[in-house]
Amino acid sequence: MPDTLDPHVRFGSNSGQPVTRRDGLAKVTGTATFAADNTPDNMLYAVFVPAAIARGRVTGLDTEAAAAHPGVTHVLTPQNRPPLQGDPSDKPTMFSFRFEALQDDSVRYAGQPIALVVAETLEAANEGARLLNPKYERLTPRTDIDDAEPYAFEAAGFGLPANTVHGNPEAGHASAAQAIDVTYETAPQYHNAMETHAVVAKWEGDHLTLDMPSQAISMSCAGFAYYFGIPAENVTVRSPYLGGGFGSKAIPTGPYVLAILAARMTGRPVKMMLTRQQMFGPVGHRGQTRQRLRLGADDTGRLTVIDHEGIAATSTFDDFVEPAANASQGIYAAGALRSTHRAVKLDIGTPGPMRAPGEASGSAVLECALDELAEKLGLDPLELRLKNYAETEPGTGKPYSSKALRECYAQGAERFGWNSRPRAPGQMRDEDGLLVGWGMGTAFFPCPMFMAEANATLRADSTAVVETSAVDMGQGAWTALAQIAADSLGLPLDKVDFQAGRSGLPDGGVAGGSGHTATAGGALHAAGGDVIRQLGEIAAADPDSPLYGAGNAGFVARDGRLYVAGDESRSEAYTDILARSGGAEIAGNGSASRAPETAEQHAMNAHGAVFAEVKIDPDLCQMRVTRLVGAFAAGRIINPRLAESQLFGGMIWGISFALHEEARHDHKRGHIVNADLAGYHVPVNADVSGLDVITVHEEDPYVNALGIKGVGEIGITGTVGAIGNAIWHATGKRVRRFPIRIEDLLTS
Amino acid sequence: MKRFEFIQPSSVEEALAAWEPGAAWLGGGTNLLDLMKIGAMQPDRVIDITRLPGLSGIETLSDGSIRIGALVRNSDLAVNATVARDLPMVAEALLSGASGQLRNAATVGGNLMQHTRCNYFQDPHAACNRREPGAGCDAREAGDRMALLGWSDGCIATNPSDFCVPLAALDAVIEVRGPQGAREIHVSEFHLLPGDNPQRVTALEPGELILALRLPPEATAFAGHARYLKVRDRTSFAFAMSSAAAALKMEDGRISDARLALGAVAAKPWRAAEAEAMLSGAAPEEALFTRAADAALAEAKPSGDNAWKIDLARRTAVRALLMAAAGTPARIPALPASPFGSKVGDLAHA
Repeated sequence: MPDTLDPHVRFGSNSGQPVTRRDGLAKVTGTATFAADNTPDNMLYAVFVPAAIARGRVTGLDTEAAAAHPGVTHVLTPQNRPPLQGDPSDKPTMFSFRFEALQDDSVRYAGQPIALVVAETLEAANEGARLLNPKYERLTPRTDIDDAEPYAFEAAGFGLPANTVHGNPEAGHASAAQAIDVTYETAPQYHNAMETHAVVAKWEGDHLTLDMPSQAISMSCAGFAYYFGIPAENVTVRSPYLGGGFGSKAIPTGPYVLAILAARMTGRPVKMMLTRQQMFGPVGHRGQTRQRLRLGADDTGRLTVIDHEGIAATSTFDDFVEPAANASQGIYAAGALRSTHRAVKLDIGTPGPMRAPGEASGSAVLECALDELAEKLGLDPLELRLKNYAETEPGTGKPYSSKALRECYAQGAERFGWNSRPRAPGQMRDEDGLLVGWGMGTAFFPCPMFMAEANATLRADSTAVVETSAVDMGQGAWTALAQIAADSLGLPLDKVDFQAGRSGLPDGGVAGGSGHTATAGGALHAAGGDVIRQLGEIAAADPDSPLYGAGNAGFVARDGRLYVAGDESRSEAYTDILARSGGAEIAGNGSASRAPETAEQHAMNAHGAVFAEVKIDPDLCQMRVTRLVGAFAAGRIINPRLAESQLFGGMIWGISFALHEEARHDHKRGHIVNADLAGYHVPVNADVSGLDVITVHEEDPYVNALGIKGVGEIGITGTVGAIGNAIWHATGKRVRRFPIRIEDLLTS
Repeated sequence: MKRFEFIQPSSVEEALAAWEPGAAWLGGGTNLLDLMKIGAMQPDRVIDITRLPGLSGIETLSDGSIRIGALVRNSDLAVNATVARDLPMVAEALLSGASGQLRNAATVGGNLMQHTRCNYFQDPHAACNRREPGAGCDAREAGDRMALLGWSDGCIATNPSDFCVPLAALDAVIEVRGPQGAREIHVSEFHLLPGDNPQRVTALEPGELILALRLPPEATAFAGHARYLKVRDRTSFAFAMSSAAAALKMEDGRISDARLALGAVAAKPWRAAEAEAMLSGAAPEEALFTRAADAALAEAKPSGDNAWKIDLARRTAVRALLMAAAGTPARIPALPASPFGSKVGDLAHA
């Protein structure tokens, strides 16, 4: 049985509209209150000291000098740090990591917190931190992917299988008429949301209030409750606005725990906001990968095998592994598929989920490798992909819940003008003599659902309040979710008071996995439907209502009125139904998750096709992406403006991945040398031109009640490979590392 | 950050009197304040000179020199009509640097004093001879984009300024005043190569303050054929991997005088005198420019894993000369100094 829309609920008067962000005005005028904007009375500032070495031990801290600095109130070190009730090595929730919170004097990565200074002013805390002047016993750091032996393990990412095999890869290699065997590398990337991690922690007895940006409010409450030995309901998290998250704000981290500990120890509220430099270490990153792809094809270009091996860097004390090789599963109709992962343990902070974890790195390499094969086969890159178009999920044979990828290829190619692409590289120049290259890649992202709950209450005056602890990372969730809620209640958007972004509300789930609109939206939809169902029952049973006795026909809710389904002449306003019933309001609730059997019967993915144009100076080798066209099929689009913005954001990240982002380690000292936004490059406006997004119509009756697939991450996939392929097409040079740099083209 | 004394003098005399060892002049603050926050610089006293009178003018002197006050902001200088007309590559270099917000704050004097962006100089935990004499240089084994010319075993850092590259090409003179009175320093002698003394980065004596910058009358003679070119990792808001300021004086289809300076290759903007001599009197042809660029980089040697950068610097010089030969555009391109600035358009002094 597919999940279907509640028959009582009409869908689409608010959804589908390009409503602007409801919080936009507050954000651009500076009135939106972000976590660090909170400054409660009597507050202290906390600053942690980052380790300057990557491996070894702290042998000395001048705590006397720090404590003596005017304004400094406390100095926390492993020697005097009060105990935690929960072990930082435990994993109390699904998205937990072992973290460093002054358990001992060892240093496991550069940037690790090794002490905390608390002071009356930020300046005093900073100077106290400097005065600690740490002394170290240094061991040789291991920060290069070749510095440790790869090892096999059980689970990549969060519980994904480390190894997946469909069919017979050896037979696939043996039967291939053409084959390639290529190895690519992707650089470590660090989440650099505009808002760095911040918390204002306040204890009242054994109740903890946290102003902090959180992508997972309910899980944050459970996590912090665990470490501090209090019930989860004693933790209040307020997260009305986030300045970006990208995966790094879903997880309790060491710095947060230290700030909360300082608040408990001092009995005063404590604020901590990470500096940009402090973002490079304790709050996650996308791990470096080395990926080997062996592809085989018969003479006609049909893939006999995709054999994808990934090695990813992780920390010495935890085990998140970028599941890059999984990106080769489920996308092309190869005779055999094999994805394997190994990891190397390095002296780095633990990687974590970063926008399209696995899919971004894996897709980048897969899409480039396919082009290398297309070149060998003498095929157009799009033609090769169409020859291997999967009508059912490769390996499993499951039907797709929906798949409009063919339309994405067609519409994207048409808009881009792909058909006039010369097959050979180095053929195109613009009027200024710049090299021009065109490349493409397939975009692909799964459609996970989490669990969420919501309440909806219809008031006598035909306004409503809806509640769920959903979060808006900046992507516009508050707007899209409110649109869904308004539709579910048959009310205009401005009649709905949308409450979210804090604990104490029904669990809105996690803003991650591109599943937040589907999950929290599904719960809101169900809650509104519950209200309308109750309202219909009241009206149908009321002899004074024009709707009396019409219960079997069902109702449609629209603009504050209930209509008999199929008979628009019979209707009544909510206000009239409620006025006669004597009840002041109607409360409903709902939840959303995916039934396991639905997931087992269908493969569920969003798809897309990205086409890129690059221009490259033939002598100086400076590169620029001049056009990107992305056509995406992602189920129902709730808000076209916001969805387009999300897809733009993903594609811009693709530019970033392909040409810019790279944390560069000094392997001798083990630290990251470019740990600020002057050195760690992301694209600036001048790097982004000619973005074009097409959303391809797609109806999916299986993926969830609303038919939503999610648009948060898919834009990166496909784009990186498309740019890499365009650079090859412009120059004839194949650079097998990301980001691609000027010197790579100069020297290759 | 370390506590410091903050002084806001209202005259040059007061400012000079306020100086003592350990003090730092504060202009726009776009470099000093960052370095203070990360602990790479720790002055005891910060003297805010932005209120000093008489240092914010741009004027043409009776001999045709252009005099620019030390407190003129980069943004104001770049759009000044005289500078845009007579010193177009100075304007182009300014507009290719940093971002609009930073250019609004940054001053002429501060730009001359800009510190290297070497990651190891900026990291107070790293060994750096520039920051701490005798400490050693952690960049030696790790830097792959560092100096090619004039570096020493003690320091391989480069000067990051765009502005200073055309200044070097155009023989700018820097007017300073200090405890010993006023003097002038030629731009080529202002920034110092590291040698055995990497911590000494400019010729300023302790307590000396930059008051103005002067471009001699000859500098304006190149206006018709003067370009700045900057190669970098992204299209805007990045320091140069290599850059070049090229200026030609053309007479009857031949080069009567030439100026060439390279950026991001040494601890100072690198004036290429031998290349200039080869260009003078010759016809402007690519083969000549290639020979000139080879001469400019004849002494270059890798300071790490950056042999590729010699090639890039050479190509940058050749291209800058070609652009200069083609003539200064009537308008600075929307992407100043960029390979992606369109080459099509009217010329300024045709």
